[in-house]
Amino acid sequence: MTTRSPILSLRGIQKSYGPIRVLHGVDLDIYPGEVVALLGENGAGKSTLSNIVSGTVQPSAGEMTWLGAAYAPANPRAAMDEGVGMIHQELKLLPKLSIAENVFVGRYPMKAGRVDRRAMEERARSSLKRLGLEISPDRLVEGLSTGKQQLIEIAKALTLNARLLILDEPTAALGGEETQLLFQQIERLKADGVGIIYISHRLEEIRQIADRVVVMRDGAKVQEFDSGDVPIRTIVEAMVGRSLERMFPALPTPREEVTLEVRDLTSPTNAFRNISFSVCKGEVFGIAGLMGAGRTELVRAITGADPISGGEILLNGKAVTPRSPIEAIRAGMVLVPEDRKLQGVVLDHSIAENIGYANLGAIARNGWVSSRRLKQFADECIRKFGVKGRGHQDAGELSGGNQQKVVLAKWLARKPQVVVLDEPTRGIDVGARSSIYDLIMDLARQGVAVIVVSSDLEEVLGVSNRIMVMAQGRQTGILDREEANDVSVMELATS
Amino acid sequence: MLATATERQGFAGGMLQSMRGATGPLLGLIVLCLFLTFASDKFLSIRNFLNVLDQITVLGIMAVGMTMVILIGGIDLAVGSVMALAMMVLGYLNVVAGVPMWIAIPLALLVASLNGLVAGLLITRFNVPAFIATLAMMSIARGLANMITDGQQIIGFPAWFNTMAIVRFGGFLTLTVAVMLVVFVVGLLYQRYRHGGRVLYAIGGNAEVARLAGINVQRATVLVYVVCSLLAGLSGMVLAARLDSVQPSSGVSYELDAIAAVVIGGTSLSGGTGGIGGTIIGVLIIGILRNGLNLLSVSPFMQQVIIGGVIVLAVTAETYRKRK
Repeated sequence: MTTRSPILSLRGIQKSYGPIRVLHGVDLDIYPGEVVALLGENGAGKSTLSNIVSGTVQPSAGEMTWLGAAYAPANPRAAMDEGVGMIHQELKLLPKLSIAENVFVGRYPMKAGRVDRRAMEERARSSLKRLGLEISPDRLVEGLSTGKQQLIEIAKALTLNARLLILDEPTAALGGEETQLLFQQIERLKADGVGIIYISHRLEEIRQIADRVVVMRDGAKVQEFDSGDVPIRTIVEAMVGRSLERMFPALPTPREEVTLEVRDLTSPTNAFRNISFSVCKGEVFGIAGLMGAGRTELVRAITGADPISGGEILLNGKAVTPRSPIEAIRAGMVLVPEDRKLQGVVLDHSIAENIGYANLGAIARNGWVSSRRLKQFADECIRKFGVKGRGHQDAGELSGGNQQKVVLAKWLARKPQVVVLDEPTRGIDVGARSSIYDLIMDLARQGVAVIVVSSDLEEVLGVSNRIMVMAQGRQTGILDREEANDVSVMELATS
Repeated sequence: MLATATERQGFAGGMLQSMRGATGPLLGLIVLCLFLTFASDKFLSIRNFLNVLDQITVLGIMAVGMTMVILIGGIDLAVGSVMALAMMVLGYLNVVAGVPMWIAIPLALLVASLNGLVAGLLITRFNVPAFIATLAMMSIARGLANMITDGQQIIGFPAWFNTMAIVRFGGFLTLTVAVMLVVFVVGLLYQRYRHGGRVLYAIGGNAEVARLAGINVQRATVLVYVVCSLLAGLSGMVLAARLDSVQPSSGVSYELDAIAAVVIGGTSLSGGTGGIGGTIIGVLIIGILRNGLNLLSVSPFMQQVIIGGVIVLAVTAETYRKRK
């Protein structure tokens, strides 16, 4: 095995976004005909690394070698031409076009200046056959199962003569049977000498499919196993690791009274099912889980942003179950959404306007909004919550941390009883995070019931009195602070 | 200087601020006026300026409504047809059915508003894209307008109606111009100082942020289309007074003129920025350009080419400025 030369070698790959470094010099070799499982928590750097290999992102430093020659793809197209195929988690097929057209989109086989449909379908058919798929290539993609669509993506990569395939959570949306079908195809590809980088959160699959396991954490490769047969617990321990850099403020003690009670909440899209929990006055309630566990959907439903199909929500013992954000806000439950830039602030409007939008009722007198009162109101919020910026600046000019404070400030002026924060520190640098944590603790101290959803395990452990863990839309357990640790949470999250 | 101007925030300061982002169009307007002053000795006179005001009344009123629609990221293609429908309803009620004007005008405006209500409900309840919903309303309203008289015009309004557009009170304002000025001032005040006006910016900036911030996006959207149609109806009343007659073929492609005025005035078609202040300048640019080109005896066909060029110029200048 060691005598073979790798198809791809990475040496010292680094990536920084401004001052934030997300990859710290990663080395990695991929040999032909092997499956390398790339594992790590959300934000560990797996996606960035695979985006660098597939040409979507350019590294800040480091070198790559492809089949013995220097390799620096400027864009995904260049990587594809070299033979690197990336299959994204969310499928990128055109539903209204046929399978053959999807496979050859943008590079249709031509004959006499026209698209040679016969050659296109022939070639599509043969690559489908190579994957053991018996479907007609002139069928529309629309209506095919997710598993089949996944295989069509792979067929597309194969017609590009891919020597390396990157599969980003290919089984996330697959059922057991489809997963097995996919694994059979992966075995065939291995036999053909294709190298595969396999990213997954389903650790039990790894033993079955992987030849090697690489674990990443905080942008660095932390451990490598020369076999896929590694106990899950060992992998989890490597994934979560321990770093002592981050400090969390002391947690206030929750009071006895229950503020929020959620009973049997179920989503119409089945994103979550039968969720029940309660949060006390002054308590910080963490919700942990992997991507796709249904956490964001759950908290959006609680705050009226998404519909529910069953169950109820009680505030101080009274049923409130909001059907719109307006109803939730009036009841005193507010959401600091996951995606600041798309859901939290209007980027090209000023800070004062952004704060104003949620408080126009309080600012206006008889419906008249005076600029002076808007400015006063905003300035007070800016000062109280330590936003580093002036009211007339556009929200887009602020750092992530300060944008988040603007979102918080616009809510806290309303004195809510329940504050839900979805990924409160995503994309915010470490220094600014602690001031967000301080704000969370202040809220709890004032008696607000706080819900924190986070993919950052350390964060959710650090700020929560109790933690509910979710997996694939189910609630798999609620842990007290004393019994919650990275391993116990991860085990519940992958169960 | 700039800081003190924004700190002061008096009424005038606020009005000035609502011109913010429209400095480019304002500059263009000034340059245009200077050029015409030198190019034609008939341009710079009070009489000519009052003429321009009379000529822009219909476009001006319509463009205020269109601004609000575009501000929330929508579009209304039906305004020209809605205007014609309102005019025909007015003519039918007053001339044919003998309903007095003071009842006929409100009823005509009501019919116009209903068009906006239907469009707004199609957009919010049935998720029909604004372009399609208002395209449909454009066809429906035009058809209805034609059905009232089978395509014929109606004449025979009371004599005072036409004088609204002709007699200059105090030698200065016709009533129709006064109506337009009132619409301008109310629009500016509403957009800048009313709860409901500020909300439009939030919706246009990012409808999801607005919804999560507790703004009733659906209601505001319906309201905007109703107001836009109402103003289209009002501009129809003004046109009827000016022409002293109504015909169902009025207002064809007026929606495009209104959109042009809004865009020249610096309101972004993607919503969230701009405003009525800019639109007023946009309307003036179009009005003065047409007036000036007439004075210079430029052919109407050439005028169309030039106005197209101005739209391109205005939008590229704005895009370029933003990128910097």
